[in-house]
Formats: sequence, structure tokens, C-alpha cells
Amino acid sequence: MDTQLDLWEVFTQSKPGQPYRHAGSVHASDRQMALQNARDSYTRRGETSGLWVVRSTDIAATTLDDNPSFFGPNDDKIYRLPTFYTMPEGAKNI
Amino acid sequence: MTMLTESQSEFFEAKIARDEKIEPRDPMPDDYRVHLIRQISQHAHSEVIGMQPEGNWVTRAPSLRAKLILLAKIQDECGHGLYLYSAAETLGISRDEMLAQLHAGRAKYSSIFNYPTLTWADIGAIGWLVDGAAIVNQVSLQRTSFGPYSRAMVRICKEESFHQRQGYEIMAQMMAGTPKQRAMAQDAMNRWWAPSLMMFGPPDNDSPRSHDAFRWKIKRESNDTLRQRFIDKTVQQAEVIGLTIPDPDLKFNEVTGHYEIGPLNWKEFYDVVKGNGPCNQQRMAHHIRVHEEGAWVREAAQKAMEQVNH
Repeated sequence: MDTQLDLWEVFTQSKPGQPYRHAGSVHASDRQMALQNARDSYTRRGETSGLWVVRSTDIAATTLDDNPSFFGPNDDKIYRLPTFYTMPEGAKNI
Repeated sequence: MTMLTESQSEFFEAKIARDEKIEPRDPMPDDYRVHLIRQISQHAHSEVIGMQPEGNWVTRAPSLRAKLILLAKIQDECGHGLYLYSAAETLGISRDEMLAQLHAGRAKYSSIFNYPTLTWADIGAIGWLVDGAAIVNQVSLQRTSFGPYSRAMVRICKEESFHQRQGYEIMAQMMAGTPKQRAMAQDAMNRWWAPSLMMFGPPDNDSPRSHDAFRWKIKRESNDTLRQRFIDKTVQQAEVIGLTIPDPDLKFNEVTGHYEIGPLNWKEFYDVVKGNGPCNQQRMAHHIRVHEEGAWVREAAQKAMEQVNH
């Protein structure tokens, strides 16, 4: 039998206001243990202002087969990019 | 064992060619997966076994400051083992399996940890030389092609920088001390220098698995290249604090700009790898004993998890 508990993914925030980024994973039996193990494993230099943990099995992710059709709908909408537009000659700061 | 379809195989080769990272759910050849599991688990085991020679001096550290630093360093090594086990797990092997392979002798760890730490100077030598050599190797591995391994290397390199500096500080302090302390530092240098150089693995012309590792960009620089980089950095550091490199053949080549060393004793290296080093049995026996004594903790945590989930 596997005695290594559930796998949890760890996300850390380096400063308030910054986005959370995937740091790695830990094994834990519940949320509290996951948070404590994540703290001990990924925040030993005081460089963290926030921690998220989530069971790996609860993450839905795109697969290779989804690409590129899954992201495809954006390809023909180049008018979403600022470079699509022609600005009048001489206009500044736009 | 699954064979890749032609388009999967092309996808893998193209990603490697573009220097993009391979991620766990990407198609990859079985040999690539097997090679990585072996390399990453061996790396993880090394971090964990490496705590033993250092743990030997925790209760006898010469000051409270030294003791706190040593504890923090050992805790880091444990964390590095965890990053690496996690990276290996993304390839489909469980931690239980990796530990079983270690205990059965089917997985190795770095041979350097089969040498004993006889005096406090050995703690200095490990931090400065052993971690110094590991850093040279790991900086290069930050560019390895497997994403989780590469990211673990980036994190580890960031944390390792204090390890080498604390080791060098110990050596510098002892070299500025009494004649007995200086002799102790030189003795540690004499014992750890050659094994540290051999951490980079056999010479390039005798490195059996290198070909695939280079083709797949798991390995980015050769054993001899990395070894030379470490030698060139370290000789100067030894001179600054008055330590002698224990190699009568060591000389600086003005033309190449590199230091050249005398022959290394590869027979001893392979002997230690095979299990005949001074501490092989002790290291494994200790790991197995602690793992078995901790079984009740894992069982209790498992029970608690089942209760929470039901």
C-alpha cells in the first residue's frame, strides 16, 4: 500500500499584490498539514507573503490534444492587439 | 511500455530542438523517462543521505551560531530531497518505490557521502568543496530539458549559495586559528579534494550514459567541463586562505588559462560506488532504521486522512 498520503500542489506569492505562482508539491493528509508542509518546504527564506495548496487531483488542465484548437479561437482576432490600428501621423502619446 | 506515435515523437524531438521544456504530460520516449527517473531519484537520495555526515556534528558544533547554521543547512538538504522526489514523481514513480529501490541497493546516491566527517573542519570542507562541486553541476542542470527538474534546480541553486559560503567561512576561520586548527583544516582538504572532483563522474571518454543525456538535453555540459570549472574556481579560493591543494602535479597552463591536475584514483571511486567505502553500510543501515521506526507516523497520518475524507 502507498503510505505517502495525497499529493498537493503549492502556489506561493512573493509579495502582497503579486500573482501566485506554482512552486512545487508536497504530500499531506489534509489542508492544514498541506499548508504546514508547504511552509516548511517552500518558504524557508522569508520570501513569501501567501500560500495556496490544492489537491493535485482537483486541478483541471489542458492536454496536448487540446492544443492548438483549444486556444485557436484567438488566432483570427488580431484586432485585440494595439498594433492592429493605424494612428494618424503626428499623433503623440497614444 | 508505450511506443510513441510518429506525431508524438516529432512533437518531442521538435520541442527538444527548440530548447523548450518537456512537461510531465507531454509525450516522451520511455528511455527518456527511465533516464530521468534514475538521475532525479539518485539526486534526491543524495540530498537525503547527505544529511547524515553533517548531522554527525550538530551536537558538537563549536558555537550556538555554528549550530544554528548547520541545522538550517541540513534542513535545506532535506527540502532539496523533497523538491527532487516531487519532480521524479511527476514521471509516474511513487516515493515508496524510490525508497524501496534505495533500500534494495538498486538506486544509488552520490558516493561522496560514504566518507566520514572526522573533525569540525570536515563540515567546512563539505560546505565549501562538496556543495561547491554540487553547485557547479546544478547551475548547469538549470538548463536541463525536463521542466520539473529544471525548476527544482533553480530553487536549489538559490538556496545552496549560503551553504558554500558557510563552509568556506569555517575553513577561513580555522586557517586563521592555531597551528592545530590549521592542520585540521588542511587534513580535511586532503581527504575531500579528490572525492569532490570525482563527484562530476568519470572522464568524458568513459561516461557510459552521456550520449543519450546530451541528445535529449538532460545533460548540458560534460563531466570534464564541469570538473574543470570547479577546479579553476577553487584553487584560487584555497590560496587566499593558505590551504594547499593536495596534488603535486597541479599546475597552471598559461596557454589554456586552466589549472591541470594529476591523475585521479578512479579505482577507489568505483570501489566506493560498489559499496566498499568507509561508511556505505552505516549510511544505508541508518536510513532503513529511521524509515522503519517512522512507519507508525505514516500509518497514523494515513488513518487521519481517511477519517477526514469520510
